[in-house]
Amino acid sequence: MAVIEAENLRRTYRTTTGTFRRRALEVEAVRGVSFDVAEGELFGLLGPNGAGKTTTIKMLITLLIPNSGTARVLGTTSSRRGEVRRLIGYIFGGDRGVYERISALDNLRYFAELYAVDPREQRKRIAYLLELVGLTGREKERVEGFSRGMKQRLHIARGLLHDPPVMFLDEPTLGLDPVGARELRGLVAELVRAGKTVLLTTHYMFEADALCDRIAVIAKGKIVAEGTPAALKATIADATVVEIEAFGVSDDALERLRAIPGVSSVSVEDREQAQVIAVQSSTGLELTHTLLGALGDAQIGRVSSREPTLEDAYVSLVTAAEQGAEGAEAEPEPAAVA
Amino acid sequence: MRTLRLLGVGCLVHGKMRFASPTVAALEMIWPLFFATIAFFLFRAGGGAEALVYASLGAAVMGVWSATSTASGNALQRERWHGTLELLAAAPVHFALILLPMTITLAALGIYGMVATLLWGRFLFGVDLPLEHPLAFAVALPLTIVSVGTAGFLLAVAFVRHRAGWALGNMLEYPVWLIAGFLVPLTLLPDWVRPISWALAPTWGMSAIREAASGGTPWPDIVVCAGIGAVYTAIGIVLVERMLRAAREKAALAPA
Repeated sequence: MAVIEAENLRRTYRTTTGTFRRRALEVEAVRGVSFDVAEGELFGLLGPNGAGKTTTIKMLITLLIPNSGTARVLGTTSSRRGEVRRLIGYIFGGDRGVYERISALDNLRYFAELYAVDPREQRKRIAYLLELVGLTGREKERVEGFSRGMKQRLHIARGLLHDPPVMFLDEPTLGLDPVGARELRGLVAELVRAGKTVLLTTHYMFEADALCDRIAVIAKGKIVAEGTPAALKATIADATVVEIEAFGVSDDALERLRAIPGVSSVSVEDREQAQVIAVQSSTGLELTHTLLGALGDAQIGRVSSREPTLEDAYVSLVTAAEQGAEGAEAEPEPAAVA
Repeated sequence: MRTLRLLGVGCLVHGKMRFASPTVAALEMIWPLFFATIAFFLFRAGGGAEALVYASLGAAVMGVWSATSTASGNALQRERWHGTLELLAAAPVHFALILLPMTITLAALGIYGMVATLLWGRFLFGVDLPLEHPLAFAVALPLTIVSVGTAGFLLAVAFVRHRAGWALGNMLEYPVWLIAGFLVPLTLLPDWVRPISWALAPTWGMSAIREAASGGTPWPDIVVCAGIGAVYTAIGIVLVERMLRAAREKAALAPA
């Protein structure tokens, strides 16, 4: 039986713009998202900012009412929200979500009461969780003095207070330093080893690759691909990636790169003064000279060619989805790659 | 038992947050005395000893109302901005049990405000409270605080759905001083204002306190104050889940 079920979930946000002449705006954040997560599975929802990951999670945990579609946890629909809430733990990333002006212990005591943890068990449970997240000895300090990593670990402890079988983790490593993020990923892996079913959203490819049993890539509110990390990588197995380090590349030059026949996607990452441009194309095409020519007056540094990674697969899928959404009314069907 | 425990822990947590900063705590202590001082100077200039008793009691309740009306909206807004409102809304308890400790804590601060105002009046301005009906006074005082708390609870229920609700709370602070008769007798207000005054539980609480102090008939006011407070609580409990549903529909639990 699927532990988490999303069935054609849709959600539109209505907002207004303007001060004196107010205009209604509608943003379709989630457009028919469906997926299942099996018991004990760590399922990743991977997508860029604004893709609809958090909205999807919030519908599953009953914080948002879907416009249409069904969300179920352990067979219980989100309309029976009291029951769903007892079954789930919800953790999100960033600085928010903790009471900073009181101690970690007071935070945990309050949420233990809210989740009806037996008063006789609370002390033991809180001590166990503080140990699990490495905050033993710091529990009486005010949270405002905690590092971001410590706050995030406190979040995890809070989410586990009532020992829920299902965990929803919404970008839990957001803003953490590399060491903190690695520790947190270790903690997430431990949750799965303990038998929890986990739905994780992230936009870090390596995180999804390292942790998830299966991944769904979401872009523009739709699932564009779903499968194991290996299967997603295999979707671009016949592709080559040329990485060009350049300085002063204009938007026009990037558009010229995208227009070259055989180029499937172009992504740019800023590294200090340099821009690292990753160009995906079909294997067998020798495009390096054409690519460098299209960059015009830009200064060129190192140029290399490599095998595609999960990140390249992700960029390719998201780029295709975004181009599809811009170019046509017809929306792309999700690629089943499991 | 579980409900009482949850309310107790909730009050403790909100109380600790309120007094986390020594500066804020000191200001909380001083703040009611400003109201009292202004009221005493105003009334001393315009009347005799009786007017000062009127001011003393009015200023005491003014502080309670101000703390509750402004702070309940701000407390909800703070929860929203800190991301804790979503976590509270995701908890498997009736949302009234989450809001009540916030407003109870704020209203309880009013006990200090009342006592401090009365002592301030006694020792700095020489105001002697007559206290003709001590028992009724002892009942009316905490009942008024509770009734202000229930009004704050009703406001907080609306703030769950409306992000800009805190502005309404701030706006209501001064009009209620007048409409509920804290500063001036209701007989001085235009006739059309009176029904609004009668619908406010603190109006009856204020009247009960004054009647108990001056030897009037406080018990009918006490009964009406308790009744309206109970109605506020019942409306709040019924409305809160609807407001929460509306907030889930409109995505109003998260910061904009």
